[in-house]
Amino acid sequence: MPRIRVEVDGATYEDDVEPRVLLVHHLRERLGKVGTPVGCDTANCGACTVLLDGLSVKSCSVLAVQADGRSVTTVEGLSPDGSAGHPLQRAFHREHALQCGYCTPGMIMASLDLLRDNPDPSEEEVREGLEGNLCRCTGYQNIVRAVRSAAAEARTGEVAP
Amino acid sequence: MTEIGHARPRAEDARLVTGRTRWTDNLTPAGTLHVAYLRSPHAHARIDRVDVEAARRRPNVVAVLTGKDLAEEQGALPCAWQVTEDMKLPAHPPMAVDEVRYAGEPVACVVARDRYSAADALEDIDVDYSPLPVVLDMERAVEDGADLVHSDLGTNASYTWVFEQGDLDAAMRDAPVLLERRFVQQRLIPTAMEPRAVLCEPDGSGPNMDFTLYSSTQIPHILRLMLAVVTEIPEHRIRVVAPDVGGGFGSKLQVYGEEVLALLLARRLGRPVKWTESRSEGNMAVHHGRDQVQKVTLAADRDGTLRGLKVELLADMGAYLMLVTPGVPLLGAFMFNGIYKMDAYSFTCTGVFTNKTPTDAYRGAGRPEATFAIERLMDELAAEIGVDPVEVRRRNWITHEEFPYDTIAGLTYDTGNYEAATEKALALFEYDKLRAEQHDRRERRDPVQLGIGVSTYTEMCGLAPSRVLGSLSYGAGGWEHASVRLLPSGKVEVVTGSSAHGQGHETAWAQIAADRLGVPFEDVRVLHGDTAVSPKGMDTYGSRSLAVGGVALYRACDKVVDKARTIAAHMLEASEDDLEFGGGRFSVRGVEAAGLSIQEVTQAAFAAHDLPDGVEPSLDSDVTHDPENFSFPHGTHLCAVEIDTETGFTKIRRYVAVDDVGNVVNPLIVEGQVHGGLAQGIAQALYEEAVYDADGNLTTTTMADYLVPSAADLPSFTTDRTETPAAGNPLGVKGVGEAGTIASTPAVVNAIVDALRPYGVRDVPMPCTPERVWTALREGGAR
Repeated sequence: MPRIRVEVDGATYEDDVEPRVLLVHHLRERLGKVGTPVGCDTANCGACTVLLDGLSVKSCSVLAVQADGRSVTTVEGLSPDGSAGHPLQRAFHREHALQCGYCTPGMIMASLDLLRDNPDPSEEEVREGLEGNLCRCTGYQNIVRAVRSAAAEARTGEVAP
Repeated sequence: MTEIGHARPRAEDARLVTGRTRWTDNLTPAGTLHVAYLRSPHAHARIDRVDVEAARRRPNVVAVLTGKDLAEEQGALPCAWQVTEDMKLPAHPPMAVDEVRYAGEPVACVVARDRYSAADALEDIDVDYSPLPVVLDMERAVEDGADLVHSDLGTNASYTWVFEQGDLDAAMRDAPVLLERRFVQQRLIPTAMEPRAVLCEPDGSGPNMDFTLYSSTQIPHILRLMLAVVTEIPEHRIRVVAPDVGGGFGSKLQVYGEEVLALLLARRLGRPVKWTESRSEGNMAVHHGRDQVQKVTLAADRDGTLRGLKVELLADMGAYLMLVTPGVPLLGAFMFNGIYKMDAYSFTCTGVFTNKTPTDAYRGAGRPEATFAIERLMDELAAEIGVDPVEVRRRNWITHEEFPYDTIAGLTYDTGNYEAATEKALALFEYDKLRAEQHDRRERRDPVQLGIGVSTYTEMCGLAPSRVLGSLSYGAGGWEHASVRLLPSGKVEVVTGSSAHGQGHETAWAQIAADRLGVPFEDVRVLHGDTAVSPKGMDTYGSRSLAVGGVALYRACDKVVDKARTIAAHMLEASEDDLEFGGGRFSVRGVEAAGLSIQEVTQAAFAAHDLPDGVEPSLDSDVTHDPENFSFPHGTHLCAVEIDTETGFTKIRRYVAVDDVGNVVNPLIVEGQVHGGLAQGIAQALYEEAVYDADGNLTTTTMADYLVPSAADLPSFTTDRTETPAAGNPLGVKGVGEAGTIASTPAVVNAIVDALRPYGVRDVPMPCTPERVWTALREGGAR
């Protein structure tokens, strides 16, 4: 069984893993990082999105062994003190961009990557950019609003009204 | 600021945006075993032999069990709604024993050390099946000589239920306008984002064994009772917890075989057992929604005045009757008349068995289907008599002076103002301007045509007055429970029997309590979703939480204040009648200085050193509230679509929803519910359909095939409200959870048909995919 070394949210973990184990199962079942949920088995829903070396990936589509020697950021790593202090976390709360919240970790991580590429996205660009993340509760309107609000805050340092 | 009406961001968000959640699948107590199910690949087959020996011998496998192994103890899954005395109710074992009746029905299970080992061992189970004839088409299933889903029943018809009022023959006879239409409500898959999961932890042994069952369920209380009934494990030995639950939309209003089996496996093995479904198995095994063939006949005068409506339904039950399967289409019986006045109405529904996944409640449950039919018919009527679709509605709707109004379907609508909601919607939509643009595009023969769809809906929600449920032969009541406890330090605990799975009870309930008790919002904690914490409840479905559970809390708060008033009067040496309560403070009328905070009264009630005679220590109260009527949200939705007549592609150009959900506790939450409801209703109109092939295999098992819309597929909505308080409860609130879904599907399809009407198109079957729109155009144009 291969031994892998993965940095997750700032801590380094070493494990022997079966080569077939998915990164999301490794995170959830071996490392206890259950903040990243699983919503499907065909890489359609995006609930399990994390950052791998800073880029968003669906962690159900990556093998744990592929993360060897690399760094993973999950939603739990955005505000390690649990304060929900990251601008995207605050914006999702403020704009009521979640209801059941199951898609939220993936939605936030995908938005983080989106804003890195495009710090001032239009409504259309947010919608296209989050196409790989499904939400069943919100109808997306407030998610779009939250992402643009967080973007505006990051650009101007001010929270949009 | 008063808390009720405040658009307060939600308290529950903090854990959800940080990943500090308690989804059932996150919980793995020491020693947990993992379950995987082998499911039937056949829609209908006899099970001849199941060989599990090879699977049993695999490493890390603790047990492999078949339906036969559990036949003596697994019982039958419950149906709580015997809709007619002669309703055919087939036995529904949690795991199939002799015969499978839909693809995806569980046949055997593996219990193993981990998820992967359990899945591996499924591969080593060998089942011999003898395929049987497959019944898929409802209309053919009820013909003489049809193959049978349940051969012992002798028929595929489970029941026929009839409601009639007024003289329909007279209404239909010589009617100047008689419209006959056949609409199909396609089968949908609810698709909550969190797949189902269940974990059962046993404690002790023998007859004193206790069980804690965590499940991704909407109904911890009903589930507990039903588990006890099915397994004969005493109810007081079972505790059900619904931790964080990731959406339901009706799909988790169910007693699933996997829940029953978790309990039985935990009892048998004496260890915690957990099962989490994959999306692909969930699409086959979570109950489906809708699936009706509707034959509707509307009679009207030449000026559009309605005379009568006849509704004949076939409703697909799937292979078995689950918790409320047979009753779902009947909820529509009271809604086909919509917001309109008419002289006669008849409704007949036959529930039909097929070799498909069972159906049951899905967001709206019976009411979207009914609303679709009447709102489509009103647009057809408008076209037939050549008046505007808003005008034809205006000529028929109940005017605001006419409430309370006894409808032809036997309900009493308490309040409403359809005129106000419609006026507001028309203005926001710029209706006249869009009609002018439509005219212009038609004149120009623009390849992109504009269509405008109208939907003026109402719905019955806040299920339900217990006496009404009794009259419909439902197996339980429709009350809800709340308790309020003022803790010695002055903080407040609220317990509700209504269990949230995304609705925001922890915020809205705290707002109600903070408002009524005059305490800070932050001082209130809301507890729910655990039968050991919340002693009784009827759970969450049917847009009932606020209208029934919220009202229970409102009354419980007032009851606590009443008790506090007695104690405060004693402490202040004043008469109760002279006390005023406001802002969390009792004061003596006219004596500004004399007063006590509710926290001070709470302390006195806790210490109990000097209470008035006959008053018990502590400040708390319980209320079990049974609503006196349904609540009837209503509204006007307007949809404009642009259709590319060369490709059949539909784009929603504008969507305006003006809803009247009565008084609003939290406008932010209400707006979110409307957005989400619209998305699901639009999805039925444009995208989603559970598709079976000719052999009865579900071909939409993944999210690549079953098209839940993404952000890129949906427009931005314009939403607004009118506020006509409900008369049936002291908060004046109505339900909101299902309204958007109920209203939006016909608005979209009406818009599509409106765009294509000049081409001779009279209907497009749902979902209105580009191919279907294109085909309708070609066929319509050929006429």
